Amino acid sequence: MIPLSWYLVLAALLFCIGLYGVLARKNAVAILMGVELMLNAVNINLVAFWRYFTPDLIAAHAFVVIVFAIAAAEVAVGLALVISIYRRRKTVAADEINLMKW
Amino acid sequence: MTAMQGVFLFTAGLILWAAFMMVTRQNLVHAAFYLILALFGVSIIFVLLDAGFLAVVQVLVYIGAISIIMIFAVMLTRGDVIEEAPVNKNYGWALVLAALFAFGLIILIGQWPAVASLAGEIDTSRDLAAELGVALVSPEGFVIPFEVASVLLLAALVGALMVARPQKKGK
Repeated sequence: MIPLSWYLVLAALLFCIGLYGVLARKNAVAILMGVELMLNAVNINLVAFWRYFTPDLIAAHAFVVIVFAIAAAEVAVGLALVISIYRRRKTVAADEINLMKW
Repeated sequence: MTAMQGVFLFTAGLILWAAFMMVTRQNLVHAAFYLILALFGVSIIFVLLDAGFLAVVQVLVYIGAISIIMIFAVMLTRGDVIEEAPVNKNYGWALVLAALFAFGLIILIGQWPAVASLAGEIDTSRDLAAELGVALVSPEGFVIPFEVASVLLLAALVGALMVARPQKKGK
């Protein structure tokens, strides 16, 4: 059988790879992909804790489904912003979008 | 090593490899395909955790919708200016921060005694999808988060349309 720690370590590593992607990538679409990885790591943790500690409750499933909805909303708005910025500035490199830099 | 452990280790390796390739590829279409591979691995993990319905929803929503929007956005925003280095100039700090975070999380996980616990028996005859459906609309369950999520999706839909709409001429 698989101990809980395996799932937690997998989710931790996946979260950190996503964090690296968010912080290091230049392209705004790639940053959004990193956010998706981080959300998935959280989902693995939610389902693993449900399975190991509270398999009789359904709360974890509700949380995961709502995380799906939030992720879909985030991607829709984020990519709309990216496309709008690309239309005006002809770039999606996050460090060149410094119009609001103080 | 049981068969379950073998499947888990293979899937975990697949997910982490795909995620690593995703954050390091310069070609964003390749990165999107590696993202799809990683998301598919996560759905296999859901199956291993006896959450079959979530695995199906993962494939439908993430691979079927989110990844496709990603690929659309990559193809719509392909400028000739972005074909340089895939990382910004602070990637060293990002690497250090991510490694420290991973290290700290794994130390924390190792210190917690409950992580060695094994999964108990689960009643496989339960209809988890039906239970979830009832929980999402019952007042004792999650009806308010459910309604808020639906309003959020509507707002995101309208907002995305407003933001991405082409500007009118003369503006």
